[in-house]
Amino acid sequence: MALFDLSAEQQIAAVVAGETSSVELVAAHLARAERDEWNSFLAVDRERALSRAKEIDGLAVRPPLAGVPIAIKDALSTRDLVTTAGSKMLEGFRPIYTATCVARLEAAGAVIIGKTNMDEFAMGSSTENSAYGPTLNPWDITRVPGGSSGGSASCVAARQVPWSLGSDTGGSIRQPAALCGIVGMKPTYGAISRYGLIAFASSLDQVGPFARTVRDAALLLSHMVGRDPMDATSLEWTEPIRMPSATRLDGLRVGVIEELMGDGIDPGVRAACQSTIDMVEGLGGTVVPIALPHAGYGLATYYLIAPAEASANLARFDGIRYGHCAADADVLLEHYERTRAEGFGPEVKRRIMLGTFALSSGYYDAYYGQAQRVRTLIMRDFAQAFADVDVVASPTSPSTAFRLGERTADPLSMYLSDICTIPISLAGLPSLSIPCGLSDGLPVGLQLAGPAFSENRLLEVAHALELAIGFDHVPQGVGQ
Amino acid sequence: MSDVQWEAVIGIEIHAQLLTATKMFCGCALSFGDPANTHTCPVCLAHPGALPVVNAEAIRLAVIAGHALGCEIPERSVFSRKNYFYPDLPKAYQISQFDEPICGPGRFRYLTEDGEKFLGITRAHLEEDAAKLNHFGGEGRRADALGSVVDFNRGGTPLLEIVTEPELHNGTDAAAFLKQLRQTLVHLGITDGSMEQGSMRADANISIRPLGVTTLGTKTELKNMNSFTFLERGIAAEIERQIGIVESGGTVTQETLHYEPATGHISSLRSKEEAHDYRYFPEPDLVPVVPDRGWVDEIRAALPELPVDRRDRWMREYELTFEDAEVLSEPAALGDYFEQVAADAPPKSAANWVRGDLRAFLRERGQEPWESDVAPGAVAQIIRMVEAREISMPSAKQVLAHIVAHGGDPKEVVASLGLGAIQDESALIAIVDELIAANPAQAAQLREGKEKLVGFFVGQAMKATQGRADPGRIGELVRERVAAS
Repeated sequence: MALFDLSAEQQIAAVVAGETSSVELVAAHLARAERDEWNSFLAVDRERALSRAKEIDGLAVRPPLAGVPIAIKDALSTRDLVTTAGSKMLEGFRPIYTATCVARLEAAGAVIIGKTNMDEFAMGSSTENSAYGPTLNPWDITRVPGGSSGGSASCVAARQVPWSLGSDTGGSIRQPAALCGIVGMKPTYGAISRYGLIAFASSLDQVGPFARTVRDAALLLSHMVGRDPMDATSLEWTEPIRMPSATRLDGLRVGVIEELMGDGIDPGVRAACQSTIDMVEGLGGTVVPIALPHAGYGLATYYLIAPAEASANLARFDGIRYGHCAADADVLLEHYERTRAEGFGPEVKRRIMLGTFALSSGYYDAYYGQAQRVRTLIMRDFAQAFADVDVVASPTSPSTAFRLGERTADPLSMYLSDICTIPISLAGLPSLSIPCGLSDGLPVGLQLAGPAFSENRLLEVAHALELAIGFDHVPQGVGQ
Repeated sequence: MSDVQWEAVIGIEIHAQLLTATKMFCGCALSFGDPANTHTCPVCLAHPGALPVVNAEAIRLAVIAGHALGCEIPERSVFSRKNYFYPDLPKAYQISQFDEPICGPGRFRYLTEDGEKFLGITRAHLEEDAAKLNHFGGEGRRADALGSVVDFNRGGTPLLEIVTEPELHNGTDAAAFLKQLRQTLVHLGITDGSMEQGSMRADANISIRPLGVTTLGTKTELKNMNSFTFLERGIAAEIERQIGIVESGGTVTQETLHYEPATGHISSLRSKEEAHDYRYFPEPDLVPVVPDRGWVDEIRAALPELPVDRRDRWMREYELTFEDAEVLSEPAALGDYFEQVAADAPPKSAANWVRGDLRAFLRERGQEPWESDVAPGAVAQIIRMVEAREISMPSAKQVLAHIVAHGGDPKEVVASLGLGAIQDESALIAIVDELIAANPAQAAQLREGKEKLVGFFVGQAMKATQGRADPGRIGELVRERVAAS
């Protein structure tokens, strides 16, 4: 087995056992990241990664992550390492500080080898909105990897790194994880500091791990959670994230979200998810259908709240302190208009306009205000559901990976890619996607979610199911 | 039309920079006058991914201010984003408060020569200041500048914005209110209150209506008047302008105005049509502020005596005039000094000495009483000696001047300078008799009833005794001896 086929946990064990070194691991992955047939990466920093790996190999006491390589979504600020958020607006931008979650992983001994491609400012579900070209799905290079964290998903599926970081606003970790056949987790809102995560929609954005095993996702998560004095919305984390080991689901009550198992979900996706749900009883759990009466309003609610927040969050890109700056503007207004017209792509502009409108005087109550009220109703739906069940399950994405260009002409069809993930995001709940089978040769993701702070139980459930499913498919052409 | 009586209706908005050590939403130091852009960080430069965190000290100062303004402190308050593009606003939104401010409705008591008055406080909320634009080339104004550069040192400075009800009717009361509001905030350590340096700024919303009408007319907003005098004059000028417009058949348009103190000219900054839609919405990067009720009550209980209450007490208990109380209350250290003197001497005299000769003598040396070596006890002792007629008033001034210059104990200074009042009655009689003999013409006129000449003899006697005689007693003796001679 090649080094790059090992899970992160196995790589750490191999380093600890003296069978390999951080330098060796980093070099093996760097080669694949630099070749990058899938356009997973926007930047690869060989020198920085190798020098850090050398440093770690020289330490008397090995840090917990032992110098295993990682890739970071380009939405996360990394000091001196170009960070663009997939936008022309930030072409060549070198941040002056590192995001808290990244700094925590580096302190734990992770070695960053590069920054991954994404939909511009995390706005998209296919990574086609990147200003630097789309990322290709390692399972089929004519298809998208999902998005917005498409590069972070594809690089893990393609064995360019064992794990990576993404960010999830309405499904941007879970949906690409599903489309790339890997594990992707969005923790409870507030679990991981957002300091340094380039904001899309502040009340929804969360950082989370991509990995090929549930245990790797848990390990990465365990080094990031907890209060950060730089993020007022980050939470104290009293119960540490444990490495999951469950093999059974005795006594577990799984609620299947009825609204997300019917129309609008591809039959192949439904079948793969259903066959996994059918395993629950054999593992000692029970399955009950649950209803989320307001989930149907999730998409509309999300497309008011997220663009509204984005319209303010992206206002700072004015070409004055950093980033793209229009040349030769005569007056201030012209400077703003041209800088932003040139720097932002069409989807970003569309959402800024949507959000600006939703917040405008005279429309606020009908749009943003109403959306906040519906968001509260959706939260209540989940609270009621969790009175009866421990976790809820649904497909992660209504379809498997779609073809490049298939949905770019129709924003609404693209928005529908996130119909299963968005209600959970609006409720701020922890949720993950695990690969549960193939449909026409493409991976299908099963989404699990639980009440706030139920990360440990979710990971245990996902671990038991992962073993039962035994998903061992590898995308063609990535094994070399 | 000209027989219509007009009433002006005025509300004030005050921005006060808070005396915190660091900025409102980041850890950068508040420091003025340092080289440009030396107090900045990813947060106050609005770098991608940076997040605000509320300064707890700013919350504490706002709660103190709220209590002093007689405001409710609501169970929770919320920060909101106020969106607009300008180079001095790096996030392109100002974090402010909108519908849930830190301080709710209140009522502020202030004193005028006509007695105490109250002004309703609508609210007070926290927000961050913008950065400073420096225009270079031309006259330093934006209009004729070659270019503009941004200094972000000031950006993110905590501001408390206080909004009053439209309950004022003239510039004089507005200035009196603002003066005492400033005094209160400075006294409580909330702001340094410097209007010249812009750490306290006031805008006035002004409208007029026929006396007796209860609805409000169209208002204009007069911006940034940086002294009490300018506020008073600016308001008066704007009221006059509005009356002029209406009486000549026009209508007042809603607009933002600039008052130019040098010329008294009022010019338009922007009209209502150009007003921004700020698209306020709750700041998702911050959680609501929910102050602990016990803590809020503790702050209220620990509030020191407010300047208005102190002045009121002086006027009631010490029988000081409105003006004495006003002068002695500012700054608070002067009031403290005065109270120490008044503790050991009649307060009325203490007021006169402290605000009068003591301050005047010290000012020549560039000092103020509270920072000088002149002990309040020494001043009190001098006053007591005068009251006991142990020294004359002119001698007392000499003693004080000596102590200001050289220090020392009043009794010892009196002795060493030989300034003790001449208590020996026969010595005084001898002096008076000598003067009568030397000035027969004046003595004759006095005898004929020219009372004014008593003063002449007293003056001569004071000169002869180098001020050590009691002028009252001399006057009595002059009358007796002239009549007898």
